[in-house]
Amino acid sequence: MSLLAQVQIGNRASDSCLADNGFCPDWIAQNFDRYITPFTEHVYLTLVSVGIGFAISFGLALLAHRRRWLTGPITGFTGVLYTIPSVAFFLLLIPFTGRGYLSAFIALISYTLLIIFRNITTGLRNVPEETKDAARGMGLTERQLLWRVELPLAVPEILAGLRIATTTTVGLATLAFFAGAGGLGSQIYTDINFKSNVVVAGGLAIALAAVLDLIVLGVQRAVTPWQRARA
Amino acid sequence: MSVTRQESGLADRDGGASKAASLEFRAVSKRYPDQEQAAVDELSLEVAAGDICVLVGPSGCGKTTAMRMVNRMIDMTDGDILVGGASVRERSPAELRREIGYAIQQIGLFPHVTVGDNIATVPKLLGWDKQRIRARVDELLELVSLDPSDTRDRYPTQLSGGQRQRVGVARALAADPPLMLMDEPFGAIDPINRERLQNEFLRLQAELRKTIVFVTHDIDEAIKMGDRIAVLKRGGILAQFATPAELLMYPKDKFVEDFVGADRALKRLALQRVRDIDLWRAATVRIGESTAEVRAKLEDADLQIALAVDDDGRPLGWLSQAALQGERVREDFRSKAVPTVDLDDILRDALSNMLEHETRYAAVVDGRGRAAGVLSIEVIGHTLHTDIEDVPSGADALVVDEQ
Repeated sequence: MSLLAQVQIGNRASDSCLADNGFCPDWIAQNFDRYITPFTEHVYLTLVSVGIGFAISFGLALLAHRRRWLTGPITGFTGVLYTIPSVAFFLLLIPFTGRGYLSAFIALISYTLLIIFRNITTGLRNVPEETKDAARGMGLTERQLLWRVELPLAVPEILAGLRIATTTTVGLATLAFFAGAGGLGSQIYTDINFKSNVVVAGGLAIALAAVLDLIVLGVQRAVTPWQRARA
Repeated sequence: MSVTRQESGLADRDGGASKAASLEFRAVSKRYPDQEQAAVDELSLEVAAGDICVLVGPSGCGKTTAMRMVNRMIDMTDGDILVGGASVRERSPAELRREIGYAIQQIGLFPHVTVGDNIATVPKLLGWDKQRIRARVDELLELVSLDPSDTRDRYPTQLSGGQRQRVGVARALAADPPLMLMDEPFGAIDPINRERLQNEFLRLQAELRKTIVFVTHDIDEAIKMGDRIAVLKRGGILAQFATPAELLMYPKDKFVEDFVGADRALKRLALQRVRDIDLWRAATVRIGESTAEVRAKLEDADLQIALAVDDDGRPLGWLSQAALQGERVREDFRSKAVPTVDLDDILRDALSNMLEHETRYAAVVDGRGRAAGVLSIEVIGHTLHTDIEDVPSGADALVVDEQ
């Protein structure tokens, strides 16, 4: 396995650092290019999965908001999806949806549903009863109540869910290569013994998770100025 | 000039369409399928345009339910409610509600938008243009004694409880509704601020003259705020619908009597001010005046004790017999003129003041401190028999310049 990986990474017998599978800044500087494609794949996997996952969860949450009895079944179903072991999930999908992005997306999206759905419904449920009563009493229709009062007030919880889902997906996407969808995971596993490789690929995944998290956090702060307003 | 200014003060209220609307409950009932007892049982009452009608009663008497049926937050089972002569049953709930001001105890301000946007809620729903909304928001903030430039862009969490309550009232008034529903709007406020808000609101009402349905469980608040009071008992049954004075004087049954309390005579005194009643005439005398003249004055007076006053007519003290022995009045007091009561004092406070000083009579003074008559325990006792029609209520009972 390690012999094969060394062949793939390239010839590095001349360098003792490389020979030791160590952390080699020179090598990293020279070979950084090879991480660009896996990284963009990883970003793509994450953004598309979280995006579609959010859209589905949002729709399900609105449905459950209108028809309360659906909350249980939806939570149950997305909960089952969430508990499927990740490597198994990627591999299991291959016979049905083949190797590639489709299988990876299905698995990654499935994992986001429970988190986002639950946070949206919690956020909507936490809107104070008197606020809704006042809104209805002033003549807001149910639709206006939802879009002008309930959803804006649920934004902190919704975006908190989105943050968890995003960082989780960045992590899970490192396993997407099991479904043949590339990403930083495939790069890590090409030579898991070579420290430089693992540090760069793993570091990029961590950095991506951190940056995306900060972006969502920034959005949250920007759209909820009222949360920071104190006397 | 002055006429134009006055007119513009009222005409600015956007279109001037809404003055005040009458309200009528016609045998309105609300029954819930799983409950034997009705929540509201054949409630019938009429509220004249511009009046405050208080719904009062113990918890579970259906007062809030009755109020919420007006803007169809709850749909009635039987009967009909007419706002301005038109049935609410035929209106779409959302449209109807935009024409009816709505203020609740918990206020329910939107925490995620500014005070200005909170107040602008209904005007926005009605599609007013931005400039008009902005002007209206500032006008309303001033109306409820908040500084527009300071408050407009704040969030509700940045306000005190009393300020939030004021914003709640301003928001309910935003589109100048002809009818307002208020469910214990001052219920969650401490007693001192509560009293202040009540007074402020009555002052506002004296100017705006909206039709208001006001729900409370507090009989004192009901007596203070109401032009008419509907006392409800458990099961949503109307026990009595009357003016505050009538309610206090002639409670219809044991329930109402108990509900208004054993101190109802005292409560009635709270509805009147010293200036509202027939005071005793006093024999006011200056030191050095001839005693013969004083005797003539005492003939005319209701109290056989002369009140010495200074050159400006301010009470000095009650004269003793010895003071009137000689040719001229001597400075010899049986007691100081303490306490004095003000013409603007509430009768209950005046009585309390007299009891505190263990006296049966007190000199009454006007705004400048000049003697204006004598108030006695007998006079106060007598007022409890005056015609109830003469007792003012609601915003009418409020003296505008309170000191």
